[in-house]
Amino acid sequence: MTSIRIGAGLGFYGDSWEPVVASIERGGVQFIASDHLAELTLAILQKDRQRDPALGYARDVVPMLLRLWPLMQPRGVRFVCNAGGLNPAGAGAAVAAALAARGLRARIAVVAGDDVLPRLHDPALTHPHLFTGADVTAVRDRLVFANAYLGAAPIARALDEGADIVITGRVADAALFLGPLVHALGWRLADATAPSDLDRLAQGLTVGHLLECSGQGSGGNFGSQGAWQAIPDLAHIGYPIAEVQADGTALITKAPGTGGRVNFDTVRQQLLYEVHNPHAYHSPDVVLDMGALRLDDEGHDRVRLTGARGHPPGDQLKVVAGYRDGYKAEVTWGFSWPDAWDKAQAAEATIRTLLRERRVPHDELFVEYPGLNAAHGPLAPLPPPEALNELHEVWTRLVLRTPDKAAADGFGRLFPWIGLSGPAYTCGFSGLHHTGELLGIWPTLVPRAAVEPGVTIHWLGDRT
Amino acid sequence: MTPSTASTTSPSGASRQRVALVRLAHARSGDKADWVDFGLFAWNAEGYAILQREVTAERVRAHFAPWLPGEVEAWALPNILAIKFVLKGALQGGGARNLRHDNLGKAMAGALLRLEVDVGADELAAALAAPRVGWWGEGA
Repeated sequence: MTSIRIGAGLGFYGDSWEPVVASIERGGVQFIASDHLAELTLAILQKDRQRDPALGYARDVVPMLLRLWPLMQPRGVRFVCNAGGLNPAGAGAAVAAALAARGLRARIAVVAGDDVLPRLHDPALTHPHLFTGADVTAVRDRLVFANAYLGAAPIARALDEGADIVITGRVADAALFLGPLVHALGWRLADATAPSDLDRLAQGLTVGHLLECSGQGSGGNFGSQGAWQAIPDLAHIGYPIAEVQADGTALITKAPGTGGRVNFDTVRQQLLYEVHNPHAYHSPDVVLDMGALRLDDEGHDRVRLTGARGHPPGDQLKVVAGYRDGYKAEVTWGFSWPDAWDKAQAAEATIRTLLRERRVPHDELFVEYPGLNAAHGPLAPLPPPEALNELHEVWTRLVLRTPDKAAADGFGRLFPWIGLSGPAYTCGFSGLHHTGELLGIWPTLVPRAAVEPGVTIHWLGDRT
Repeated sequence: MTPSTASTTSPSGASRQRVALVRLAHARSGDKADWVDFGLFAWNAEGYAILQREVTAERVRAHFAPWLPGEVEAWALPNILAIKFVLKGALQGGGARNLRHDNLGKAMAGALLRLEVDVGADELAAALAAPRVGWWGEGA
């Protein structure tokens, strides 16, 4: 096979899969790869797993495949996702059961082995914070998950061995796309040493990076003034599709008749998204240098990608761990004209008085004003005081940070009496009974050799 | 790579003005743990010359300092008319412990586009008049 077409699935847990229909029906794709795991998603899945050990995976994969698999299966389109989260086996079982109940057949491969929490719990091992260098002992007893980012190798192997659907836990997002490219185009991976092999992998990694955030690669979230309005029909956006040649050259496009836009501008916004040093974008499979990369806009939603340079990956894998870090409780309270600003200030001062007098343990009371400064803080200057008091309404969002769950649970009870006994013209409130657990993120590294030998593939379902 | 550093030595008295980056550039922000990263993009080479000269790591650090004082790193990518910035310590320790409504900093690229740069009237006019590199539906 000299080229393949691969399409983007979801960009996060909760994303829409309806745009994938056009990619399958009209986009000529042979693979769909779907990223369900943002950096924080494992924290959400951890809470699910605490409630029910059968959970801990991104549950949207089940309805997604019930919608898409009947379209994919007859066309021979194969599917790769990381919806396994903290429980790839559970995700595989749920998908297999759901498909079987509809009389649908699929050979499902489940990739596991990314969980490194026992390793981070081992007091004999050090795992310094990747950004700060701090020692993990500071948070070790509060860790709730720790997962290494696996690479494309187990995905490519599962596809080599005939998987229709591959479900993984934590893998590098772009590896969901690189795996099918390695499989279908016969690229060297573990044994890639020649510059041409590494550059090809770097092209594949770039393709994955451009597609892993769904609509952000085809005109969604296009940050600009006056330009985004020219992006047509976002209601029917087409998620990005890449046509990749055996030499790694790629064309980024989308299905005909869909909304959105694939051009030099929309593609490069995604190219640099969540990248730090663009000359050393690390992955388990290759280190990408974007310094000589070219994006040639051919018009009509076609952008040609060439020039990615690859270097050998290191002998460590990135880990993201999460640790319990206290609680928050938030209340948003509104006052209306006249004097809305002064009334909001008076109510906030009252809450601070109650916190002090009742000795409510807390680290901070964070305050922002949705509609005025919640997005840009002091970089969005407030109007002068007399203008503030002429505003039609002022909303105050008050958030308590506390190590004490009871303090968080009780925060909302400080407020309701203000409706009758505080300043006039309260115009609504929300959040009085909502306590959230806060999680700190601990990025670190582990030796590749301590993880990769434990990676497993197990099989479910039937061959189609 | 050779940064294109357009001359700024305009004759004394030549017209200069301060403009917000939003007139010259587009941007997206994202998060990794406690760091927010920004891609800043010129629409054309004329605009990129201004960005490269004016929007240094130090300028971005000073712009955010009243709100989020933190170290800034920058990398220029002339091949795609872009500059990459990373602002450290910007998310109260990370998205899952950040109390802000915009806990992931998705809206922070807009705050970057508020940054004002000093430009000559001629170079601003040239940047605004030059065609965009990307295809925006012409001839569709």
